[in-house]
Amino acid sequence: MREIDVARVAEAVARLCEEASMDLGEDAFAALERALEQEESPVGKDVIGQLIENARLARKEWVPMCQDTGVAVVLVDVGQDVHVVGGSLEEAINAGVRKGYQEGYLRKSVVGDPFERKNTGDNTPAVIHYRVVPGDRLRITVLPKGAGSENMSALKMLTPADGLEGVMDFVVDVVDEAGSNPCPPIIVGVGVGGTMDQAALLAKRALARPVGQPHRRPEIAGVEEKLLQRINRLGIGPQGLGGRVTALAVHMEVYPTHIACLPVAVNLQCHAARHKEAVL
Amino acid sequence: MSLKQVTTPLTDEAVAELRAGDRVLISGYIYAARDAAHKRLYELLQKGEELPFDIEGAVVYYVGPTPPKPGQVIGSAGPTTSGRMDPYTPALIRVGLKGMIGKGLRSQAVKDAMKEHGAVYFAAVGGAGALIAKSIVESEVVAYEDLGAEAIRRLRVENFPVVVVNDRYGGDLYEEGRARYRLAEE
Repeated sequence: MREIDVARVAEAVARLCEEASMDLGEDAFAALERALEQEESPVGKDVIGQLIENARLARKEWVPMCQDTGVAVVLVDVGQDVHVVGGSLEEAINAGVRKGYQEGYLRKSVVGDPFERKNTGDNTPAVIHYRVVPGDRLRITVLPKGAGSENMSALKMLTPADGLEGVMDFVVDVVDEAGSNPCPPIIVGVGVGGTMDQAALLAKRALARPVGQPHRRPEIAGVEEKLLQRINRLGIGPQGLGGRVTALAVHMEVYPTHIACLPVAVNLQCHAARHKEAVL
Repeated sequence: MSLKQVTTPLTDEAVAELRAGDRVLISGYIYAARDAAHKRLYELLQKGEELPFDIEGAVVYYVGPTPPKPGQVIGSAGPTTSGRMDPYTPALIRVGLKGMIGKGLRSQAVKDAMKEHGAVYFAAVGGAGALIAKSIVESEVVAYEDLGAEAIRRLRVENFPVVVVNDRYGGDLYEEGRARYRLAEE
């Protein structure tokens, strides 16, 4: 049994919170640069140019690329041969979030009770999803999720008769209705199958993939491509000001489901496709 | 599409010059205010009390910046979604608010108030918080310090880059831009 001390977990999470907020991944940069070439609208081109400049500036000056540094979504793959020692894994993750948000001068956006809405002051608790996997490693992905795009996300329980067409229509409708609100150009995370909770989680996990990396199964990759084309015909464009590039990518994840079910969840992500990963 | 310069406070004449689609550089003072601050401003108006800043010709910016690093005037400071302020906005426009900076769609009630009283809605680039912060040269909390990131701040800006989305004539760049680039289903 390989042992990992909780202090290492907290350190890693703190670093990932900062890095995710300041340092846009090369995948997202490349997607923005492709978008700049594809965009025909002058205002749209201007917007994408500003987003690229903004991301460079954030990395250089080590400041957040967006003021909404989000709720810290933490995806943890726990190897079944790992023994976490020295304290609670969950507390260590939250300690890391607390440290990262404080030391990185990130905005604390979490309210402790959804009705009282009093800020917890340290951006905890994180939203944590665990998965037990083979091996003796701990893989931690921090995905700070901003509210502008999260608020435009949606879930629908379709019927099997709605089929692939029904799923695709729903995804396109969600993006169409969101319009300028989620800060396009967006990345569209789609989860299909499982149960309602599973579909939503699949959509979130889809956002943790490198931007524009097609699904490993060619038939799913084909659906992603078709959806991207349909979305980019909507005309919404960068920031909703009109243009060709409404989405940079569509990422879909699927899972087996019930004979009577066809859940589909759409989780939208703005251009700041923030996610950083560490393997301990 | 033209590039225009405006200085705050906005006059009726300045608002009349601005059209949906214009790129604009704003200089002067603007007021940072978002959800909780708007709620309080609205409640003051309901009670007939004074607002904590001069609303005549004012421009509000929907923003909740990150905490500044030592030496910074302000942290990252891009726009937040404007629609959440819609329930409070017509009342502010009625008492003299002339400009709003944010991102995303406005309600019909806000657009109607803009037409009736002469106001303009600008979009700043959502997600460009590090870049936008460069055009903010002074920042001072003027009210509701207890609200933290949501406190009302007076910001002095120089050449703050925005695009006119809704003008006082009913022009709407979100609708016009989308219609211009929309393609039929294949």
